[in-house]
Amino acid sequence: MRHSFHLAAAAIAVAGSSLAHAGNLTIESWRVDDKALWEEVLLPAFNKTNPGINVKFAPTSPPEYDSALNTRLTAGTAGDLITCRPFDVSLDLFKKGHLENLNGKAGLKSFPESVQVAWQSDDGKNTYCMPMASVIHGFFYNKKVFADLGLAVPVTEADFFAALEKIKAAGKVTPLAIGTADQWETNQVVFTGIGPNHWKGEDGRKGLISGKKKFTDPEFTSTWETMAKWAPYMSKGYQAQTYADSQNLFGSGRAAIYPTGSWDISYFEQNSKVDFGAFRPPVQKAGDTCYISEHTDIGMGINSKSKNKGDAQVFLNWLASKEFADLYTNKATGFFSLSSHPIEVKNPVAREMIGWRTQCKSTIRLNAQIMNRGTPSMENELWNVSSQVMNLKMSPKDAAQQIQTGFAKWYAPTK
Amino acid sequence: MKQGFSWRVLVFITPALLIYAMFSALPLLDTLRLGLYSTDDTGVRSFSGLANYATILNDPQWSASFWNAMLNNLKFFGIHMLAQNPMGLLLAALLSLRNVRFAAFYRTAFFLPTLLSVVIVGFVWQLILSPLWGVSERLLGWIGLADWFAPWLGLESSALITLSLMSVWQYVGIPMMLIYAAMIAIPEDVIEAAVVEGASPWRIFWQIRLPLILPTLGLVTILTFVANFNAFDLIYTVKGGLAGPNYSTDILGTLFYRTFFGYQSQVASATMGAAVATLMFLVILLGVAAYFLLVQRRLQRFAL
Repeated sequence: MRHSFHLAAAAIAVAGSSLAHAGNLTIESWRVDDKALWEEVLLPAFNKTNPGINVKFAPTSPPEYDSALNTRLTAGTAGDLITCRPFDVSLDLFKKGHLENLNGKAGLKSFPESVQVAWQSDDGKNTYCMPMASVIHGFFYNKKVFADLGLAVPVTEADFFAALEKIKAAGKVTPLAIGTADQWETNQVVFTGIGPNHWKGEDGRKGLISGKKKFTDPEFTSTWETMAKWAPYMSKGYQAQTYADSQNLFGSGRAAIYPTGSWDISYFEQNSKVDFGAFRPPVQKAGDTCYISEHTDIGMGINSKSKNKGDAQVFLNWLASKEFADLYTNKATGFFSLSSHPIEVKNPVAREMIGWRTQCKSTIRLNAQIMNRGTPSMENELWNVSSQVMNLKMSPKDAAQQIQTGFAKWYAPTK
Repeated sequence: MKQGFSWRVLVFITPALLIYAMFSALPLLDTLRLGLYSTDDTGVRSFSGLANYATILNDPQWSASFWNAMLNNLKFFGIHMLAQNPMGLLLAALLSLRNVRFAAFYRTAFFLPTLLSVVIVGFVWQLILSPLWGVSERLLGWIGLADWFAPWLGLESSALITLSLMSVWQYVGIPMMLIYAAMIAIPEDVIEAAVVEGASPWRIFWQIRLPLILPTLGLVTILTFVANFNAFDLIYTVKGGLAGPNYSTDILGTLFYRTFFGYQSQVASATMGAAVATLMFLVILLGVAAYFLLVQRRLQRFAL
């Protein structure tokens, strides 16, 4: 009698505990800055239409995200929903069997083929993450400083350097708020932001992939040459200036121009009183076609070892909805939904930046697709040489040579 | 009484041995084993003998990174030997003198940074040395050396030295305490005899105190060696996984981190990382073996 009572109690306990776990999801992400946004806006909105599912947003700091996520996936302790980096980083996770195959899922229909490429296998047959949002690279400028000095928004590189000269001569604020201590900005903001105007966007990028162009060609070397010219306009001691320092410098009004991407819009909206606008990367000559770097930055996939794939799929379907696209674009200001839903962008700076899509031709970050696959890792190499060029420790020619040599080491078409 | 096999010894040793084996010995042996395997694109591991080591030592890219890290680590160790241990010795010597006012306060103050989290140390020093908002430029200006200020953490020539000195600042308390303990253990009779015979304090220090604490100095050296070649956290906190500028602050620990856990788009490789870890282990083993052979065997006991 007592034996069967205990058995029944145990069975109920086990069933009850599994019920308790049924509706729990954890999201892995690098968007530490968006934690409040998810917890206060996005997840409550999800719960209005899906009340039984508890979602937790658990971000890791951006430079550590990839290593930490890899470790967690290998150990089996990663969350159910994985925020996917575009292209090769996530492709590698998919090849290792960490991400669910999303072929045929209803939500994917909301996204054009061109953006799904970032989260598909090379042959295009398998999709492993749902696209979410992109970021656009550009420059923010302090409107008051520009007004005081009578500066117009620069369009060509000549305008750009003339403006920097004027700001430097006035001596009141630092012309450019950027440093090289953290290294990633020199590649992911500067090189990839101003470069497309030199190498003509997709032409240059596809040329490198096909092997027809090399990094030592003039259009790539000239990008590094332009970057080397920035040195006199950065703060004294910029070699020890971190990303947070640059954000603080611009946000406190002590700098005029801040090279960045649209992801920083929400940071400054919340933490700074500076009235700022955005302008796109300058073209080389007046009248040239302009190119912008719009990077398909964020997607979301499902952990293949997740215990709650059903709910995770429900969440992904919600990510494909117009409601999420609207919320994300307008609340995670600076991230632009990749879905086909027509969305009205409310923030003026974000609206300015998304408007560049119609004025200019878009491309993605240069080395995001295919080029990061070998050893030496091109991403690390680009961080290294771009920082050295901006520190004036390496000539642009040597930088180009180092990248090309490293690339040719493992990539057959470019040899 | 017959000296039979003592079961009691076994019973007392077993728990500690088990814990040591599970958490220290087995992981170490498994790392050595893992270094003999290779991983391919899909994550499958296969036995490959010494191929990883051949790659690290022969492939131009890996070899350059490895020897750069080794050289930087030697510099890191060198700075600790030149700055941390002599300063520890000096402080211990001063604090062990008679009638030093507030000696206890000084001992505590110098030891306090050791207790701080390395993340705090890194953050605070980075802020002090910051060219934008740090106080170091202004402080140098007060003593007329403002021109000497430079963004030391950002320059290839000075980044490693600066980080080493930050580490020295944090850990100087440890050699200080160890040497202090050894110094106050020196019997007073010996010192008194020397004073009576007319030896100057300087002579007493160099010819009596120092030789009597040499075993402790040897211990401090080998501990510094092991700690420095295992170092990782301060460099990672301040400079990140890429240990810039231009890998000038890259030491064996950060090289291992990048290899084993991956960094950005560099794919994680547990097998290659295990090979790097094994090489680190061998380097430290060589150093400790040298210490045992050259120093430990010559230590003598004395009786007065």
